[in-house]
Amino acid sequence: MALTNEIIQQKLTEKFGEQLTWDTPYGLLTVTAPAEMNLKIMQHLYDDETLRFRFMTDLTAVHYPERAGEELCVVYLLHNMQDNIRLRLKVYVPSEKPDVYTASKLFSTANWMEREAYDFFGVNFIGHPNLIRIMNVDEMEHFPMRKEYEMEDPTRRDKDDEMFGRG
Amino acid sequence: MSEQLTTTGQHHIKLSEESLQKQTTTLNLGPTHPATHGVFQNIMEIDGERVMETVPTVGYIHRAFEKIAERRPYYQITTLTDRLNYCSAPINNMGWHMTVEKLLGIQTPKRVDYMRIVVMELSRIADHLVCNSVVAVDTGALTGFTYVFQYREKIYEIFEEICGSRLTTNMGRVGGFERNFTDTAFAKLDDFIATFPKVMEEFQSLLDRNRIFMDRCIGAGPINAERALNYGFTGPNLRAAGVDYDVRVAQPYCSYEEFDFKVPVGTTGDVYDRYLVRNAEIWESLSLVKQALAKIRKMDAEFPEQKNVYYALEADHFHLPAKPDVYTKMEALIYHFKIIMGEIDAPVGEVYHSVEGGNGELGFYLISDGGRTPYRLHFRRPCFIYYQAYPEIVSGGLLSDAVITLSSLNVIAGELDG
Repeated sequence: MALTNEIIQQKLTEKFGEQLTWDTPYGLLTVTAPAEMNLKIMQHLYDDETLRFRFMTDLTAVHYPERAGEELCVVYLLHNMQDNIRLRLKVYVPSEKPDVYTASKLFSTANWMEREAYDFFGVNFIGHPNLIRIMNVDEMEHFPMRKEYEMEDPTRRDKDDEMFGRG
Repeated sequence: MSEQLTTTGQHHIKLSEESLQKQTTTLNLGPTHPATHGVFQNIMEIDGERVMETVPTVGYIHRAFEKIAERRPYYQITTLTDRLNYCSAPINNMGWHMTVEKLLGIQTPKRVDYMRIVVMELSRIADHLVCNSVVAVDTGALTGFTYVFQYREKIYEIFEEICGSRLTTNMGRVGGFERNFTDTAFAKLDDFIATFPKVMEEFQSLLDRNRIFMDRCIGAGPINAERALNYGFTGPNLRAAGVDYDVRVAQPYCSYEEFDFKVPVGTTGDVYDRYLVRNAEIWESLSLVKQALAKIRKMDAEFPEQKNVYYALEADHFHLPAKPDVYTKMEALIYHFKIIMGEIDAPVGEVYHSVEGGNGELGFYLISDGGRTPYRLHFRRPCFIYYQAYPEIVSGGLLSDAVITLSSLNVIAGELDG
């Protein structure tokens, strides 16, 4: 029997209870979990003989400055290649203490992707073997993809937020 | 003077005591080195000819595309995608358009899908030709390179005829193409299909069973399927290790499910297997171009009134209208103005869409908050992801194998750094 979103949701709810929230934007099952559970969930998804999410497609972060206490979101995209189904896992952490457990022991590919998320968003991956900047210069002191760093010259009036459908 | 130079203490090059003691050599390969074909720096610790350890540095051409994209209307991001894997820019362009179409819920006409397949498969041929011929160059065989580059040139001429540019194409628009294929484009496509097989066969006959080439490539830079999957490999490099994952088959987009093609796989994941897989894919791509062209011609013959369908009408709000219409029709003028001024809002949503790029799964993770620009756009760049396996693949091998491994992995600096 092919694995479906419903089965995944049911199996994870059985194991981790009501701490997970679910959504399915554009057909891709998305689960949001407490930050300290990320590794437990991924390990379970990896080990379970029905779920078999053993390929990490993508890992990135998103900054939501208006969400107080959970400004940074770390997004994992996992893939079960046998059943050909994807799952997105999200954890939110505050920007003052952006601590997330590293997935690099489970997936070697997470090594550089976590370094990238650290470099641009300042997510602190606990247990990462080499959490240093990857794209930017080592001397850089800020995390440039956070929303407080504007793209445009702030003195320009012709390209404010209104021009982009916001504000 | 000679006395001064021979006395170590007064020598102008100061070497630390440890470096005089140690038996290994630290080699700085790159960032600009003729053998690396791009800005790649690897600090290697070598023992004679054996690579013991290598530390890659990336980010030399990082251009902050993800940040820039947060301030660009959707149609202006196409030019950023060009510069990811610049060896197959149209695939990136089409992948981006399809991502926005998924967000907007636009269904493209079949004719557009087939036109896209023609262009994407030609790009794949161009991409693989560059990679394979450069592997040959790195092993010392320059001849094949000069043969096939002529045909890469012909592919670029087709792109030029379709969209006006060659390398960074900015081809197509959200919803389809900016103009229809011209008769000249069809003629050039026919010419390519007719003449390319002979050259490709010649290229393969030069290298496939060439004793020197085989001795250099077989067993060089291998990775097994388990490690490749753990490292997030996709595309030809994963298939060379024996895993038949291809986005075109696993999550068909752009009507690929209607086409008949094989997914070639290797066994050992070494340089030779990667070379053979790419060659086999070139033939499959050529067959896909033929099939797609035949489908377009069949449609044009059956429904002549649809000959001018080259974009989805639903995508009007994102698709610049034709210039003559702008001058003569009011709606077209209004849309033109609104698009240029960036006054078109997109729905709130979160999509992930991936296409089979020249090097693997090229993914676009797009979060829209309803504005005219993405709230966040992340590119899943296959090169960036598999390049981190490079130290593991080359350690223990010869330095010369490390060079051909780099070229056979087809690491493209633009896609690496984003």
